[in-house]
Amino acid sequence: MPDTHALVSDFLNKLKKRKIEGSKAAAKLTAELLRTVISQQRLPNTNQAAALIHAIKAIGEQLTAANPVELAVGNIVRRVLHIIREEDLSLTTASIGGLNLQALSDDEDNVDRDDQPVLSAAAVAAAARSTLRPPALQTLIEDVSHSAAIHHSSSSAGDSEEKTKSTDKNSRSRKLKHNVIETVNELIEDIATCHESIAEQAVEHIHHNEVILTLGSSGTVIEFLCAAKEKKRSFRVFVAEGAPRYQGHTLAKELVARGLQTTVITDSAVFAMISRVNMVIVGAHAVMANGGVIAPVGLNMVALAAQRHAVPFVVLAGIHKLCPLYPHNPEVLLNELKSPSELLDFGEFSDCMDFGTGTGSPLLQVVNPAFDYVPPKLVSLFITDTGGHNPSYMYRLIADYYSANDLVLQQRPTS
Amino acid sequence: MYFCYAEDSEDVAKAQFQKNSKPLKEKTTKAERRALQEAQRAAKAEGKKAGATSGVSAPTSKPVKQPNQKKDVTLLASSSTAVPEKKGGEKSLEKDRKKETVPHPRMQFDDKSRVEKAKKRSVVQQTEARNRVEIFRHLPQYERANQLSDLESKFFQLDHVHPAVYEVGLRFLAGDIMWSNTRCIAMLQAFKKVIEDYSTPSEKTLSRDLTAKINSSVSFLIECRPLSISMGNAIRFLKALIQKSTLAQTDSEAKASLCSDIDRYINEKIILADKVIIRHAVTKIRDGDVLLTYGSSSLTEAILLHAHELRRQFRVVIVDSRPNLEGQSMLRRLIEKGLSCTYTHINGVSYVMHEVTRVFLGAASVLSNGTIYSAVGTACIAMVAHAYHVPVVVCCESYKFHERVQLDAICSNELGDPDVISKVPGRMNNPLDDWASKENLQLLNLVYDVTPADYVSMIVTEYGMIPPTSVPVIVREYCREHILI
Repeated sequence: MPDTHALVSDFLNKLKKRKIEGSKAAAKLTAELLRTVISQQRLPNTNQAAALIHAIKAIGEQLTAANPVELAVGNIVRRVLHIIREEDLSLTTASIGGLNLQALSDDEDNVDRDDQPVLSAAAVAAAARSTLRPPALQTLIEDVSHSAAIHHSSSSAGDSEEKTKSTDKNSRSRKLKHNVIETVNELIEDIATCHESIAEQAVEHIHHNEVILTLGSSGTVIEFLCAAKEKKRSFRVFVAEGAPRYQGHTLAKELVARGLQTTVITDSAVFAMISRVNMVIVGAHAVMANGGVIAPVGLNMVALAAQRHAVPFVVLAGIHKLCPLYPHNPEVLLNELKSPSELLDFGEFSDCMDFGTGTGSPLLQVVNPAFDYVPPKLVSLFITDTGGHNPSYMYRLIADYYSANDLVLQQRPTS
Repeated sequence: MYFCYAEDSEDVAKAQFQKNSKPLKEKTTKAERRALQEAQRAAKAEGKKAGATSGVSAPTSKPVKQPNQKKDVTLLASSSTAVPEKKGGEKSLEKDRKKETVPHPRMQFDDKSRVEKAKKRSVVQQTEARNRVEIFRHLPQYERANQLSDLESKFFQLDHVHPAVYEVGLRFLAGDIMWSNTRCIAMLQAFKKVIEDYSTPSEKTLSRDLTAKINSSVSFLIECRPLSISMGNAIRFLKALIQKSTLAQTDSEAKASLCSDIDRYINEKIILADKVIIRHAVTKIRDGDVLLTYGSSSLTEAILLHAHELRRQFRVVIVDSRPNLEGQSMLRRLIEKGLSCTYTHINGVSYVMHEVTRVFLGAASVLSNGTIYSAVGTACIAMVAHAYHVPVVVCCESYKFHERVQLDAICSNELGDPDVISKVPGRMNNPLDDWASKENLQLLNLVYDVTPADYVSMIVTEYGMIPPTSVPVIVREYCREHILI
């Protein structure tokens, strides 16, 4: 326990001081942290999943409060909670299936018996989702009777059954943690390799002699473009610098090193050049449930220009960036204002700070937002590790990865 | 435009000079034109031997857009109105024969032979830049590093360039004078000195020789930095004046009247026009407004200061962009006068736009289809303002209006120094420091931008506040005749 405390507070510190760059890094670190927490969490014998969920929620609340703009942290917390619930569900169904000789319903035929290893979360998710479908009346009635029968049978069982049940429970507890950690490992693996699955789709979208525009820098975009280059497509790239961090320069250097024709332009020249561009490909900081994008600053301008010239605006995002929340006033609430020194040199403008209005407020204010909100109607396509999607479809993907109970991480005070 | 023929076509050489100064074209049949062209070519061959370097260059570009010329068939160079070499004009004669629509006889930089010939006659040593962007092959781009020192060292060799013009050219090259109004005024003052110091050599008339001298000065200035549209208009006005001033005046009288006319032009078209525009525009500023402005425009600054003197309560948002970061100087000047300002960079304009009530922009020129030709980035600002339903007001003197039309920013533009893009102020070890060595990498520094007319709500000129659709009316009524109103 003390170990995890130290780890958690260390991570919280880093989040508060904004030392973690990028949603991919934040997601990976969060997942690893939660994995450590889970493995060290001591679980009671009964209702383990609830205890685990409670512990993770408590930590998750702290994490999201440390950096509310880094939505990937909250995403991963909710993913882990969802994983716990699903693993629990799969174990429950498996154990029920083991005790009961008959299948409960046609849908649960594919659930294995208890002595066999539990299925992966995906199959369980499919099963769980199947239970989410409105069940047929017959199966409902059968369910009730069968579950009643189970309880009866389990409670009326003799010592042998009790023993098996307790061993079942022990093995179940070990299994829950084990399964959850396995699945979290898969999640970390997915985060690490999201670039590759996205880059595989590059060939479908980039053809010969295309001109592509991008702004700032994104690891996903680099891999995407280079994958198309590997497949011998020749195209050229316009890179807008992305003030005030000028990450476009590093992107351009990287692309040139890999052999792509690159031209660096200033952000102000985007409207001028976009008439000659075939496609705009950018990365995202986060994708909201309505299909809107929280992107590095300047991309709303690019999206508007692309809409004006009917140029497709393609956003590359790993699934870990998909946030189940809907944005409200995102320009202000999901934004961060960075230091003015990136725009104005303090030394040169220190004399301007001396002037003030009568009320004492300074005459000079500097605004340096870090993110932009791109509404879903400006986005043509999302390319994720699961394929290409419309912005209007993104809300459906949430059901795959998140549970409805987890959307609010704050613990309500129990009455 | 094909040919503007003088009435007396037997004087072919004269026709050559006055080819483009006549505002109206006379329709001639193709056979007639071809015959005349042959004759002209013969005359030119003789004229070449005479060795006048600058005098034979076609003086001005077409002041009038021909009705059948609709498309920009060939991609032409920047908005200079004086063609520096007659060879360009000659070649365009040949090519024009093949096409019905006639392009302006401006320098075609993507034609290698012409570039070679221009280089031989140019004063400023230009080495073409490496790593040129393909799509801008038709615009000149030269290495900036050595130009200034090179030109400075040539001072005593340039006898056909007046020292005043030389000084102005140097300052253009060094970037000391940047805005189109100041450039225009500086150039006209230099020309005034040229006229004052001018004395007609024997056997030549004032008008033609002075025109030749002005042409040579203009070509020198173009080599330093391509002309802005306002400067082109001013040059055209000056040449028309010179043409008119020939008769019945002694040389000294003519010179004096020319100088006073130049002064009147500067006064009426620039200084007084600015005052009228300020008075119009200030009526659009109300208490509680949040005004957004982009970069640095002297006219917008004057408007804001005047409104502040009138005790209107408003605040200003200044949007700035690379590579010049000119908004910072405007910010400083406004703060010193006591306006409350917010400063941001162009990427953050979506963030600030939701609290802005009006956008005030300046322009380098307004083209006939209502598009605004101005500093790069203006189109982005206008677009975002349009998306947030914020009115955009453009303030521009009428002498900057031009009959040209343009659809995008690529057909005609100016390419700045690409090195300033790789150097970010305040950073060591920029990743692109050795960009010239990588052949796949190009840096593009556009100077101008084209804002479509539907993003602009209103244009304030000294003739009043007009919608962008009325720009060709102003051009037709007030800018065609080179009279001072």
